[in-house]
Amino acid sequence: MHPADRTFHRWALTLLAAWVLLMAPALAPALAREAAPASADPVLENRVMRLSSELRCLVCQNETIAASHADLAVDLRNQVREMLREGQSEADVTRYMTERYGDFILYRPPVKSTTVVLWYGPAVLLVAGLGGLWWILRRRNRLAADQFDDDEPVAAPDGSVRADDLQGPR
Amino acid sequence: MKLLRALIPLALFAAVAVFLAMGLGLNPSEVPSPLIGKPAPAFALPQLVDGTVTGTSTSSNTTTNTSTSTSTSTGQPLSREDLLGKVWMLNVWASWCAPCREEHPLVVDIAQRKLVPVYGLNYKDAPAAATQWLRQLGNPYTGVLVDADGRVGIDFGVYGVPETFIIDRQGIVRFKHVGPLNAGVVRDKIEPLLRTLNAPG
Amino acid sequence: MIPELGHFALWLAVGVTLVLGVLPLVGAQRGRTDLMLLARPATSVLMGLVLLAFGCLIASFVRNDFSVLNVASNSNSALPLMYRIAASWGSHEGSLILWLLMQAGWAWAVANFSRNLPLPMLARTLAVMGLLTLSFLLFVLLSSNPFDRILPVPLDGQDLNPQLQDPGMIFHPPMLYMGYVGFSVAFAFAVAALIGGNLDAQWARWMRPWTTVAWAFLTFGIALGSWWAYYELGWGGWWFWDAVENASFMPWLVGTALIHSLAVSEKRGSFKSWTVLLAISAYSLSLLGTFLVRSGVITSVHSFASDPARGLFILVMLGITVGAALTLYAWRASSVGLGARFEMLSRETMLLTNNVLLVVATAAVMLGTLYPLILDALGLGKISVGAPYFDAVFVPIMAVLVFFMGIGPLSRWKRDEMPALSRRLRWAAGVTVISALLSAWVGGKLTIMSILGLLMAFWITASVAADLWERIKPIKGMAGMQAPWWQRLRQLPRAGVGMMLAHLGVALFCFGVTMVGTYDVEKDVAMGPGDSTTVSGYTFTYLGAKPANGPNYEALRGHLTVVRDGKPIAEMFPEKRIYRVQRNPMTEAAIYTRVRGDLYVQLGEVIEGETWLVRIWVKPFVSWIWFGCLVMGLGGILAITDRRYRAKAGATATEGAGAMSGVSAAR
Repeated sequence: MHPADRTFHRWALTLLAAWVLLMAPALAPALAREAAPASADPVLENRVMRLSSELRCLVCQNETIAASHADLAVDLRNQVREMLREGQSEADVTRYMTERYGDFILYRPPVKSTTVVLWYGPAVLLVAGLGGLWWILRRRNRLAADQFDDDEPVAAPDGSVRADDLQGPR
Repeated sequence: MKLLRALIPLALFAAVAVFLAMGLGLNPSEVPSPLIGKPAPAFALPQLVDGTVTGTSTSSNTTTNTSTSTSTSTGQPLSREDLLGKVWMLNVWASWCAPCREEHPLVVDIAQRKLVPVYGLNYKDAPAAATQWLRQLGNPYTGVLVDADGRVGIDFGVYGVPETFIIDRQGIVRFKHVGPLNAGVVRDKIEPLLRTLNAPG
Repeated sequence: MIPELGHFALWLAVGVTLVLGVLPLVGAQRGRTDLMLLARPATSVLMGLVLLAFGCLIASFVRNDFSVLNVASNSNSALPLMYRIAASWGSHEGSLILWLLMQAGWAWAVANFSRNLPLPMLARTLAVMGLLTLSFLLFVLLSSNPFDRILPVPLDGQDLNPQLQDPGMIFHPPMLYMGYVGFSVAFAFAVAALIGGNLDAQWARWMRPWTTVAWAFLTFGIALGSWWAYYELGWGGWWFWDAVENASFMPWLVGTALIHSLAVSEKRGSFKSWTVLLAISAYSLSLLGTFLVRSGVITSVHSFASDPARGLFILVMLGITVGAALTLYAWRASSVGLGARFEMLSRETMLLTNNVLLVVATAAVMLGTLYPLILDALGLGKISVGAPYFDAVFVPIMAVLVFFMGIGPLSRWKRDEMPALSRRLRWAAGVTVISALLSAWVGGKLTIMSILGLLMAFWITASVAADLWERIKPIKGMAGMQAPWWQRLRQLPRAGVGMMLAHLGVALFCFGVTMVGTYDVEKDVAMGPGDSTTVSGYTFTYLGAKPANGPNYEALRGHLTVVRDGKPIAEMFPEKRIYRVQRNPMTEAAIYTRVRGDLYVQLGEVIEGETWLVRIWVKPFVSWIWFGCLVMGLGGILAITDRRYRAKAGATATEGAGAMSGVSAAR
């Protein structure tokens, strides 16, 4: 390794270590102990909030029932809490909601025949896009050299050509 | 070939534009009911029993039973099973609901014309306020079910008051309308449906 | 009188845009210099007229002229002055006047800051911008006139929506529109180049600074919107994947792809037709966003009062504008040259991979946003697509993008070699993994998502550091003959520094998102006067609530003190407000911001008597999210102040004309 590289690495590692140590107090609060919360069962409450944040408030329609102050949202939150407390599963709660309000109430659309395109579309597009790029580039590179433009770097309006405009590996 | 590939963006745009145009005719905030075609949810609710106040101020049938003017919910509980064998309408309302006032004359009219027995679902309301409201505006309901905590409302998928359901003889939900009724809905949707459901056999 | 003056100015502007849209275009086709020279003065006149109309609207608000329907619907005499001014763009009609102002402003800027653009190109570009302005003028005048009067004149107005009475809301729309409309410059350049048939590397160089500035403003605008949602809406979140948020995000994603694609087109003259397509798409997505917000086709917290008739108008505008551009593209794109050759492993490939990933991400966001509409239109039922979907689909694509973002700047143009490239990256990769795991361990929570997020943030940072080192390190064998490193640092081209800064902004953003997503703590607690609770080491004591009225609202202001390790940290005053005119209850959260995180307190409901339900959050590093966006945008702005975009004194249109035929070989 180039001696200058070694110096840089040494400096950079020192700075990095210092930065991580500085950050530690900010992160450490996550380790501090919490006082007992008001709610009787924080674990249950957590589950209620998590589930509620995936259910749509039908009154305002642009909030989750976790965040909404609407009466119906409060009622539904209570319903969720009661069902979870009784020991029903999250799937049970979801089924309860969709039986009454349809799929509209779910912010996480169910995977059905009508939503296959929705859920798998992006992955298919990703593979197709990257694959397509690969294919286009390979085909491009097989063309004869005279099909391409000259390799001159473009000068700036002030006439200069910069070092990083140069091509090829060093 | 290259031209064909270059037309792809235009084709994609055209497809999106078609859907957007179709979207202009739709209402995105209307939530269709998953209960249509399914049995009405089970319920057994107390009824609001008060003097019968019918019709409008010109009606001569007004009898106010003052001894129950500060009424609580009394009377026999009414359940889903009690209503099997007839076609009936469920109208969800509350005294605190402004649009319910708007549609109420229509509901009264439906009851007066004896199109279909109308049962009210008094949703998350105070009985005294509800009684007062009916006294002022007229009581078209064959019975008023009191849903104090809104549970039955949730079971019916109620999310905005007023809402109106039609349930057939077998207890299957056939129709739901969200929001205040208007003459057009009654004429074009409800009346034809009632004719079908009431047809013998 | 004043509103009528403004209205008249808009009608005059229609005439000017007709002139601007037609004559220079004809002149460029026929070589008529006199017609082409009309373009510049026409944009100045247009700017003046639109500015006049805008001024008349603002004057009506400031003067509390409630005979103007728009003022009566959105303002109130008790509204503070700065909100009265902001209310002029708080409604559908008023916001369109702001849009027109931006449209005219950008056209004026292109006319006056493009001295070295060949005249036909300039004429065509300004003509296209004139036509775009015309379409919006017609939209305003025929369906959304803000100068309509209302009779009888109401005594007072209906007040501005309380959620908009806020500094963030003053700046968010102007920034956003600067971005949306700024992309029309790229659009116009692209269409002009397609018409004239002169798509070359010079064209890409001209486009780059304009596109980057528009992108930077859009970045600021979106960040402001997100920040506003965080502190105003009171649910502690900062991005909801709401349809209108997505509508602003899609042009941003494509705009980012565009500024990277321009790098390839400018440097190597390659993939120009792809760049043109991106330029057309960016503005098209801005128009699509405008349509979604104003047509009522999609429910959103953000939509203006929806009106299908207006929606139809915008859809027709969208159809004509985008349809014409894409048809032109289909016709002309196949005749564009290939540009220079490059290998499979090269910076060009990295940049194109960036493009593919950003476009796929845009497609994913669009799919999720429009899917409920598509299913409903096909009669296949009604569904909702919300944050769970978008998070699941978007984050993986971004992770791949960030991976390439670390590699790209360190790769060489035209041809790179795997061993050399991996040598350059080796150090960055090692540092990344160690730092990410270390941070996660110190934080105390190891989840897949948090480690992924930290890896992303550190990978970008390490790559930027490695890039910087590559640029300023002493070259072998030249020790003695080279300037010292601090001098080379100062001499770094601004474009390069801008890029590094912008990428660093992304790293800060990723870090903030990861930290707040992993270590966010919420606690709902019933508090009466004197009650305390501790969250993440901070002790909050509630001291009670007192009335505190504002100019147009009544409020109950709660008072909490925050103490940590015995030391007082902050006093926090969350409020519950009722605005007198609209009478909706509003919650103003109290936020105490520090670099290491925010304390966020909100008054919920009264439980009984003096006891409130209080919601307390501790959100580590949340402000890094918007700070990262700020740095991103600043990086972009820094990049365009680079020397290469400033014309040499004496460079004229003739030099540009020489460039029309191909690539200039000046050295």
